[in-house]
Amino acid sequence: MSNTIRIRKGLDIRLKGEAEKVLVQADPAKVIAIKPTDFHGLVPKVLVKPGDKVKAGTPLFADKYNERVLYTSPVSGEVADVLRGEKRKVLEVRILADAQTNYEDFGTGDPSTMNRETIIQKLLKSGAWPVITQRPYDIVANPAQEPKAIFVSAFDSAPLAPDLDLVVRNHGADFQTGLDALAKLTKGKVHLGVSDKTAAREFLDAKGVTRHSFSGPHPAGNVGVQIHAISPINKGDLVWTVSVQDVILIGRLFRQGRFDASRTIAVTGSEARNPKYVRTMIGAPVKDLIGSVEGKVRVVSGNCLTGNTVGADGFLGFYHGQVTLLPEGDTPKFFITDGWATPGFNTFSANRSFPTWLMPGKKFAPDTNQNGEERAFVMSGQYEQVFPFDIYPVHLLKAILANDIEQMEKLGLYEVAPEDFALCEFVCTSKINSQSIVRAGLDALKKETT
Amino acid sequence: MKALRNLVDKVKPTFAKGGKLEKLHWVFDGLETFLFTPGHATEKGAHIRDGIDLKRTMSIVITAMLPCLLFGMWNVGNQHFLALGQFVELGDGFWDKFIFGAIKVLPIVVVSYGVGLGIEFLFTSIKGHPIQEGYLVSGMLIPLVMPVDTPLWMVAVGAAFAVVIGKEVFGGTGMNVVNVALTARAFLFFAYPTMMSGDKVWVNTSVEEGQKVVDGFSGATSLGHAASGAIDKVTPMMQSFWGFEAGSIGETSAFACLIGAAILIVTGIGSWRIMLATVLGGSAMAALFNWVGPQVGNAYMQIPVLHQLMLGSFMFGMVFMATDTVTAAQTDTGKWIYGFLIGAMAILIRVVNPAYPEGMMLAILFMNVMAPLIDHYVVQANIKRRMKRAALQTA
Repeated sequence: MSNTIRIRKGLDIRLKGEAEKVLVQADPAKVIAIKPTDFHGLVPKVLVKPGDKVKAGTPLFADKYNERVLYTSPVSGEVADVLRGEKRKVLEVRILADAQTNYEDFGTGDPSTMNRETIIQKLLKSGAWPVITQRPYDIVANPAQEPKAIFVSAFDSAPLAPDLDLVVRNHGADFQTGLDALAKLTKGKVHLGVSDKTAAREFLDAKGVTRHSFSGPHPAGNVGVQIHAISPINKGDLVWTVSVQDVILIGRLFRQGRFDASRTIAVTGSEARNPKYVRTMIGAPVKDLIGSVEGKVRVVSGNCLTGNTVGADGFLGFYHGQVTLLPEGDTPKFFITDGWATPGFNTFSANRSFPTWLMPGKKFAPDTNQNGEERAFVMSGQYEQVFPFDIYPVHLLKAILANDIEQMEKLGLYEVAPEDFALCEFVCTSKINSQSIVRAGLDALKKETT
Repeated sequence: MKALRNLVDKVKPTFAKGGKLEKLHWVFDGLETFLFTPGHATEKGAHIRDGIDLKRTMSIVITAMLPCLLFGMWNVGNQHFLALGQFVELGDGFWDKFIFGAIKVLPIVVVSYGVGLGIEFLFTSIKGHPIQEGYLVSGMLIPLVMPVDTPLWMVAVGAAFAVVIGKEVFGGTGMNVVNVALTARAFLFFAYPTMMSGDKVWVNTSVEEGQKVVDGFSGATSLGHAASGAIDKVTPMMQSFWGFEAGSIGETSAFACLIGAAILIVTGIGSWRIMLATVLGGSAMAALFNWVGPQVGNAYMQIPVLHQLMLGSFMFGMVFMATDTVTAAQTDTGKWIYGFLIGAMAILIRVVNPAYPEGMMLAILFMNVMAPLIDHYVVQANIKRRMKRAALQTA
């Protein structure tokens, strides 16, 4: 294996509520929801109406501007509802699941003997395509384009993130088949970024990929950081990224001929009563995983830095492998006891004005309070400490705020996704929502260039 | 605490839109958020946030300045009594000295905060934005860089000028181009030069009945002596390090500044890069003078490097002014250049320019203005690197 790439900048946020390394099977979900809002920028064209019977793999909606890209049902059953919000924006398509799942048959086959177009067709038809995302812009990949390379990160370094070694266990064959399929999609390489600590043979023995080993704090596991370290994105470049669970999903499609959207979800967070790994599927109700919650608890699909608030009655996001339960922080904090002037023995901070930097083993249960009000950029050098890119983050954010497209391009907006700024947002003294700013920048850039 | 919260909640509607005291809404908001970090939960992006906020950051900076303030109070008294020939031994009359100093210094602090914050309150009401924390630090810095005999009205004028012209016209905290406290000092320095320089203002020589200033007393600072050619009267290095000399209220003790520096560096709030670079810049320039000095026969140039750094406001400016994150260079590379040039320029002005006995203020102001330019070139280099990478790939 090549030398380990050491990521020096970053921050491991030490939280309570890590998932215990046991995997349990969730009861089959009775209702499933697929959310078009999980796919940024997607304008869905709904293909079903309430009462329609669907199988697992039947299209529910398509991308209005690229109708080859289909979003399909993970279960068989009956369409219960198409939930719409303001301006009739489609929020959810809900399906009442059958007790026994019937699958659409997409045919089995070994991807290494198939050509690129056949593989793409199969992924598109089955609804597995949207698991492939692209950079720049951090959106679902366009099947009409070919990327210079495909990147898969084989570890998640986010706070309380699932251990992908455990997730991939018993799915080695599917994982390898998925990688074989991906290898056909690009003339370039498929890069697999593994942790230097991994012991999973599924990753270490993966074939047909270029393996890179990474060490260091979060965001070392972010695929964007790995791309930057391996082969940075330049203007005009296109790369695709796929998560480990989704590579497995693709592999399963080829080996079993069906769209099986099973997922291993880590239930985590200080408010999780029983943090563990649960086997369920895309779009499952989070209630099935976490049980009932009491008190003021925020239920997040995804991790605590980038996930979406879904509520206790919500559904798992399409890309998420984790559910995080956090104490809601919507009460004022008295300045001496727990506000800005507290000694702060229970406050996690990247800043050493809190004594907790002297307690490296301690774990914390922060709430969702913003811990201060939004201000103009005052501190400098703060983002740089947690941002392992050769990019000036504050200058980039300011270029976006000034809507200076040319400057955004020059400063490297192509290389980043909102998630890469999650730690900047966490550490920010001025409480600036940099992920939203980056997203707005990517949208502006996309509009300008396409 | 609960009772306090209830009280705040009870009076809140009075200040809300449509309430009787609607105009004071932002003042109320400022006080409320001082007492209680608002219950704003995160809505988008990261669900959890770091415990640090601007209020805490600013209070750490103020804490870091406290040693300078306390020492400054004592030293004001110390210098005063020395001038009168009383308590000549360092250890004598500690409380007399401290209390005398406190009586002189605290009114300046109060006026600085009162005027500055008053104007901030006014602006927040007019512009409708929350009160920002920046002035908490500036309000403490202004007294520390004033001579003890500065009239209070002058402090008020300086603070007002600094807040309005130095900060609010640019959009408030985080938007200013030059350091706010230095704006105040520079304004007073050029508007009322006799009150901000020379040898009459640094030591309070007010006498009561039966007291008189000792013969041969000179109120000049070490740098004043040096500028007028009386190198032999420059305070010895160790005395300068501890700060037993005349000067602006808070800047004489390099030791107190170093305590502040330690607090700022450990908490990561002040940039160690800027501080180190400033020391390097100052040392380089002083060393250069040490080399040139004997050849041109200039005694001032021959003051040892370390001694140069201990004199005047070099340490104070380096720790508390040069590191102001808003007006300093923002990039790491930029910080090295910025700090180095401040150090070098401060010593250069001090030694070579006879019009200004101390160069730190002007060096920092000048580099404040230059900082965006430095950053521009650092960022431009980053952009070039990225373009080169793209070119390599297509080649």
